[in-house]
Amino acid sequence: MKMLNYRVILLAFALIFGIVFSIPSLTQSEQGKKITLGLDLQGGLHMLLGIKSEVAIDSKIKSMAATVKYIFDDEEIIFDDLRINEDQTISFELLDMDDVLKAKVLLTKEIEGTTFSENGLKFVVSMTDEEKIRTEQNAISQAVDTIRNRLNEFGLAEPTVAKQGEDKILVEVPGVKTQEDKERLKKLIERAAHLQLMAVDEDRIARVSTMSDAEAKSFGNVILADVNTPEKYLLRAIPVLDGSMLTDAKVGFDDQNQPLINFTLNGQGAKIFGDFTGKYVGKRMAVVLDDKVYSAPVINERIGGGRVQISGRFEFSEAQDLAIALRSGALLAPVVIESERFIGPSLGADSIQASSLALLLGFVLVVIFMVIYYGFAGVIANIALIGNLFLILAIMSLAGATLTLPGMAGIVLTVGMAVDANVIINERIRELLYQGKSIAKSIEDGYNNAFTAIFDANVTTLIAAIVLVVYGTGAIKGFAITMGIGIVASMLTAIVGTHGLYQWLLPKMDKKKLGFWFGIKTEGVK
Amino acid sequence: MEKSKRFGIFSVILLLLSLGLIFTKGFNLGVDFAGGTLIQVKYEGTAPIQKVREAISVDKSYESASVTRFGSDDEIVIRTKMSSQVLGEDVGKKMHGLLKDTGTFEVRRVDMIGAKVGSELREKGLMAMLIAIIGILIYVSFRFEWRFAVASVMALVHDVTIAMGMIVLFDVEVNLDILAALLTILGYSLNDTIIVFDRIREGIRTIKDPDLGAIIDESVTRTLSRTTLTSLTTFFVVLTLFIFGGEIIHGFSFTLLVGVIVGTYSSIFVASPILMWLGFSVSDYRLKEAEKVKRQKEKDKMRAMYENGTV
Repeated sequence: MKMLNYRVILLAFALIFGIVFSIPSLTQSEQGKKITLGLDLQGGLHMLLGIKSEVAIDSKIKSMAATVKYIFDDEEIIFDDLRINEDQTISFELLDMDDVLKAKVLLTKEIEGTTFSENGLKFVVSMTDEEKIRTEQNAISQAVDTIRNRLNEFGLAEPTVAKQGEDKILVEVPGVKTQEDKERLKKLIERAAHLQLMAVDEDRIARVSTMSDAEAKSFGNVILADVNTPEKYLLRAIPVLDGSMLTDAKVGFDDQNQPLINFTLNGQGAKIFGDFTGKYVGKRMAVVLDDKVYSAPVINERIGGGRVQISGRFEFSEAQDLAIALRSGALLAPVVIESERFIGPSLGADSIQASSLALLLGFVLVVIFMVIYYGFAGVIANIALIGNLFLILAIMSLAGATLTLPGMAGIVLTVGMAVDANVIINERIRELLYQGKSIAKSIEDGYNNAFTAIFDANVTTLIAAIVLVVYGTGAIKGFAITMGIGIVASMLTAIVGTHGLYQWLLPKMDKKKLGFWFGIKTEGVK
Repeated sequence: MEKSKRFGIFSVILLLLSLGLIFTKGFNLGVDFAGGTLIQVKYEGTAPIQKVREAISVDKSYESASVTRFGSDDEIVIRTKMSSQVLGEDVGKKMHGLLKDTGTFEVRRVDMIGAKVGSELREKGLMAMLIAIIGILIYVSFRFEWRFAVASVMALVHDVTIAMGMIVLFDVEVNLDILAALLTILGYSLNDTIIVFDRIREGIRTIKDPDLGAIIDESVTRTLSRTTLTSLTTFFVVLTLFIFGGEIIHGFSFTLLVGVIVGTYSSIFVASPILMWLGFSVSDYRLKEAEKVKRQKEKDKMRAMYENGTV
């Protein structure tokens, strides 16, 4: 036909763009960007974790104390009463005045983030405030990385782990199907995996059953229980080594085919371990995981290769998960599950079905109504509506937006709201036609006048959508994003697009056939 | 406008009833806001609710758990105020164990919200409402005039309050999605009000009669078809959502349904009378607009003179 104005071209372009980029999502093909389905539509586990960052500081202090001990031993500085105090400081007493200068140099050089004060031979080492803040902040990002590593190794599709707000971690794992998997995942995430190698206090261990925790502390010890039996051990509070020196952890089997874990230490760790085992032959060493003693073998000889083994009567899956946790590093600050949502796979499929049905029916109702009430003008509006729907799908696919169940509802809402613009415009056009204006003038004036009302109305709905995006989480955010995209897209299709179509078809419009074109009775028109 | 008194009284009655319901019966807060655990279980065949109740009550800590039907006969929902933190165990796992002998079932969904998160979500929710209302106030003041803004916000508050009253009346469980529905009502109900206000704004400019009441009457009558029809199309889709959208979003679609109906009503019969009540004067507005136009003309003249070099 005649003049292809820019508006029609825009509409055609939008339609093609919309259809082309919706195809991958609709046919679920391998190529092209698809829409991501939210957890409530594909099933999965969603968790919000809180973090106890104070514990990270405690761990750091212990680690520092262990380093002090090791360095002094290495430099052959003799000290006494190395302990961690209530106020999170480390204190010790030197025995040789000549060592004081050397000790001060070592402390400043080798241990970052600390200050110390000395009173003759007595030293008190404490963490600087900056280091405390740094540790706490690092605790969260470290937790995010650690959990992500663990989940990636677990083998499920694309988990999401991200910091949320100031102090929370968001974890989303799609595709978790069974209760057992869910529990394994939770254990994997919550597990601190804090590994420590600690020396048994052989001199006092006989009294462990009668000793109180406070008493043990006064000796610089700590009482920990065995992981399986009620047996208790008296251990030196400051560990020989901790899990930060691990390079690898693998599941192996002992001669009875029971699963155990072999782990490898890094260079420094191997050296420390070698020195320790060399000095403590005949005594016991406890392998402690998350403050539970897994085994306490007697040291038979100096172990130089940096290889350690733990056996603890594991089940195979438990050993695997433990190895994953050890490999990914310890969670210096334990996480607390603050909220958890699990959607089973069947529910997800049902939800898609139900909302798709609603969408289809709603769409059909609106389409039929528009044609009956507005005649061909209604058909034009419907074309724009179809374009709008494809555009929403296309934009969401390309932007990698997530479609949630409320999001589907948002699309259904958009169907109702997008036509509103056309209703307003058509009513305006009808009014002008009744006043006797020509078809061309009615259309032009109709669009001009109606535009302000439509624009203001859409902006206010957009304000609500934006607020929801900012303050909403998960499924609600999906709803707001879908609605927002729908509104913006509708301004393109329902306003610009239909205007173009009218202009394109204008030459064909006959004032005698207004019933067909606009669904009004010709008698009312002047 | 004479009839406005009648509608005004009707609205006030509805509002009082809603507020009464809200403050006496109170909201049925879902786990999102009150904290707790919700488990949705689907049985093969009719769900044996009584058996389930007995099976759960065996464990003292779940005494206050409630078991209700969810949508269809074979699906139930178990609610308890306990969350895993409080009990120190995985509630989902525990339930699975307790229900073992009640039949063949599938756990479809587990929501566990700790009390801390629940209260945070409540706060966030209220914040969101407040900010949305403020945003709207600012925008409408900017596009119209402050009295329009106040009138429209009052109409909105009226809509949301009545919607909340209905939510309480029908015992709808209030979760995050209900909040989203309420916020959507805020944004959408304003649409209708703006359509009417837009016409009134135009009427003020074009209709000679400076009596606001007359202008409003004429504008409202002329836009009646616009307002009802746009609401009708939205009503269609929300109705299909409500009937066919499934049990999970049932509360959500119900809230939207109420919102669409009340919103339309308020746009026609409530917003405009408030405008009058606030003392909006047509002649003042016209004077102000005329002032604006005059000032703009002077600016343009100044600019022209400057460019011509006469200043």
